Amino acid sequence: MSERTESLHGIDDGEAFEAVSDATMSRQERYRRLFDRWILAPGRIIWDDLRARIGASIILLYVLVGLFGPKLYKTPRVNQGPRSVAPLSEGLTYPLGTDNLGRDILAQLIHATPSMLQMITAGGLFVTIMGVAVGTTAGYAGGRTDRVLSLITDIVMTIPGLPLIVILAALLAPQNPIVTGLILTVNVWAGLAREIRSQVLSISRHSYVEASKAMGLSTPTIIVKDILPNIMPYVLITFVNAARQVIFASIGLYFLGVLPYDSVVNWGVMIDQAVSGGAMHVMSMAHWLIAPLATITLLSFGLILFSQGTDRMFNPRVRARHSTTTGSDDEPTDDDAAATTGGVVR
Amino acid sequence: MQRYYLERTLQAVVTVVSVMSLAFFLLRLMPGNPADAYRAELIQNNPQMSQAEIDHRVEQKLNVLPDAPLHEQYLNYVTGLLSGDLGESINEGVPVSEIIAEALPWTIFTMSIALLLSFVIGISLGAVMAYKEGSYFDNGFSVTSILFNSIPNYIVGILLIWFLGYRFKLFPTGGRYSTEMDPTLGLLEPIQTVAFLGDALWHAALLILSYTFVAAGGWALRMRGNSIQVLGEDYLRVARLRGLSERRIATRYVGRNAVLPLYTALLIAIGFALGGSVILEQVFTYPGVGYYMIEGLEARDYPLMMGVFLVMTIAVVLGVYVADLTYGLIDPRAQTRGGEH
Repeated sequence: MSERTESLHGIDDGEAFEAVSDATMSRQERYRRLFDRWILAPGRIIWDDLRARIGASIILLYVLVGLFGPKLYKTPRVNQGPRSVAPLSEGLTYPLGTDNLGRDILAQLIHATPSMLQMITAGGLFVTIMGVAVGTTAGYAGGRTDRVLSLITDIVMTIPGLPLIVILAALLAPQNPIVTGLILTVNVWAGLAREIRSQVLSISRHSYVEASKAMGLSTPTIIVKDILPNIMPYVLITFVNAARQVIFASIGLYFLGVLPYDSVVNWGVMIDQAVSGGAMHVMSMAHWLIAPLATITLLSFGLILFSQGTDRMFNPRVRARHSTTTGSDDEPTDDDAAATTGGVVR
Repeated sequence: MQRYYLERTLQAVVTVVSVMSLAFFLLRLMPGNPADAYRAELIQNNPQMSQAEIDHRVEQKLNVLPDAPLHEQYLNYVTGLLSGDLGESINEGVPVSEIIAEALPWTIFTMSIALLLSFVIGISLGAVMAYKEGSYFDNGFSVTSILFNSIPNYIVGILLIWFLGYRFKLFPTGGRYSTEMDPTLGLLEPIQTVAFLGDALWHAALLILSYTFVAAGGWALRMRGNSIQVLGEDYLRVARLRGLSERRIATRYVGRNAVLPLYTALLIAIGFALGGSVILEQVFTYPGVGYYMIEGLEARDYPLMMGVFLVMTIAVVLGVYVADLTYGLIDPRAQTRGGEH
C-alpha cells in the first residue's frame, strides 16, 4: 500500500487499482487492454485517417464553442445593435451582422450551441444504451426473449420517425434540451438493436465465446468481456448517426415551430425567423439565412466525415496495425503506449 | 416458406394494431390528453349543451367515448380505425379520411417521382463510380455524394426556393398548380391533361429536386459499395474466361447483383417517403399529407394529426411487408434463407 502515499491527489483512477493491485495483477492488465482496445486504437485510427481527422476537428470546434462560447461572447439581445447590419460592415463588432431586430447573429449561433450539444448527447446516449441493451440481450439470450425483443424492434423500426416525433413534441412540448433529445431519438435505437443483434449472433458462434461458456462464466460476463468489445465500432458509428438524426430532426421541428423555445433561439428558429423575416427577398439580409444554414451543414458534414473515417475500425487489419500496446506487455512498449497507459502502470 | 409468409403477415398486422394502440394511448391516457382537453373546451364554450351531446361530439371527432370503460373505449377506437373511420377534423369539420384522400395523391405524385429519379440517378452514378474506382470521377462524385447526403433535404429545399423561386423566379414558390389552371385528367382531353400535368410538375419541381439531390447521393454510395464488392467476385473472372462480352457482364452480372440488395431498401424508402414529406411540404407550402399534419399540429387538431400519422405508418408497414414477401421472388439467392430473420 505504499503507492497510496505516492498518489498525492488520491482521486484519480489509480485509486481503484491500488486497492487490488497486490492481489490481482491481471485486473490492471485487463483494464489496460480494454483501454487500448476501446480508446487508444480507435483514437489512433481516427487520427491517421484524413477524413476522420477533419471530422473530429470540426466536432471538437463545436464542442469547444458550446462549452466556452456563451461565457466568452455577448448574449444576443433585441436592439443590441443597429438592425440588419451586413457581416463585417462595422469591423468586428458584429462579425456576422445582425438580424431585423438588431440581434447579433454570431451571438445567436453561439448561444444556441450548448442546448444543441445537450440534445445530441442525450439522444446519442439514449440510442446507444437502448440499442446495445436490447441488441445484446436478444442476440445472446435467443429463444423466446429474442423473438419478443425482435418483434418489438421491428415494430419500432416501422413507425415513421418524423411524424411520431411531431406528435410527441406537440403533446409534451419539451422545454428541456435533454428531454427533447430523448424524444427525437425515440425510435432510432431500433436500427442499432437489430444491427447489434445480428453481430452478437455471429460473434457468439466464435470458438472463444464457446470456450468462455465451457469455463462456466456467467452470461453478463461473457457479454461484457467477449462480445461488447467487438461491437464498439458499430456503437460509435451509431452514436454519430444518432447525433445527425437529432440535428436534422430538431432543426426541422424548430423551423416548423413545433418545438417550444424561449429567448435563446435555436438554429432552426433562426432559419424560420429569417425566412419569415424576408431574408429570401432582400439580398442584403441574406447573411441572416446563410449563417444558420452553414452552421448546420458544417456540423453535419463533420459528423459524416468522422463516421466515414471510423468505418475503418471495422477492418481488423487496420486495427491490428494500430493497437500495438496490447500483446507486447512483456517487452518495453514504445513511448506512445507508455504515455497513454501512464495513469495505470504500477 | 409458407410459415415465413404467415409470420410476416402476422407481424404486419401486429404492427398496425400496436401503432393504433399507441395512437389511442397518446390521445386518451397521456396526462392532459387531447380527448379530455377537447371535452373540457366543449363544456366551457357550450355551457347549455347536455352531457350526452358533448360526449357524442367527442366521439364523433376523436373516436373516443369519454365515459365508457377504458377497454371499451379502446375497442371502439381500434375498430373505428380499422373500418376506415379516422375521426373528424376539429377545425375543418370534415372527416379526416376525406382530407387525407384529397391530399394523398399529391404527396404520392411528388414523392414517387422524387424516389424514382433519385434511385435511377443514384444507381447509374454508383455503378460508373465503381467501375472507375479510384479515378477523379469516382473521387469527385464520392465527395459530392457524401456532401449532399450530409445536408438535410429541407435545407436544400430552402436554398432552391430561395434562388430558383424568389431570386430568379424560375419556379413557383408554393401550391399544387396555377390558379388559372383547370385540373383536368382524362384521355378525352389530352391537351388539357398534358398542360395540367406539366403545370403540376412545374410546381412540384423544386420539392422533387431537393429530395432527389439528397437521396441520390445515398443511393450512389450504396450502389458503389455493392458494385465494388461484386466486381471482386470470382464468378466475374469465370464470365470473362467464358468470353462473354463486357457489356453483358456489366449488366447481367455486375449490375443485377449489385442492384438486387437495394430492392428491399427501395421499397422501405417508398414506405418512409410519406413521412419524409412533412418538413419539405411545409417549406414549399405544398398541400400534401405532410403539410396537413403540421396544419393539424398548429391548430391542435389531433384527429387530423393522428390520421396522417396512421396513414404514414401503414405506408411503411406495406412497404416493408411487400419487400419481405417479394424479395425471394426477385433474388433467387434469398430463397434458401427465406425462413431466417
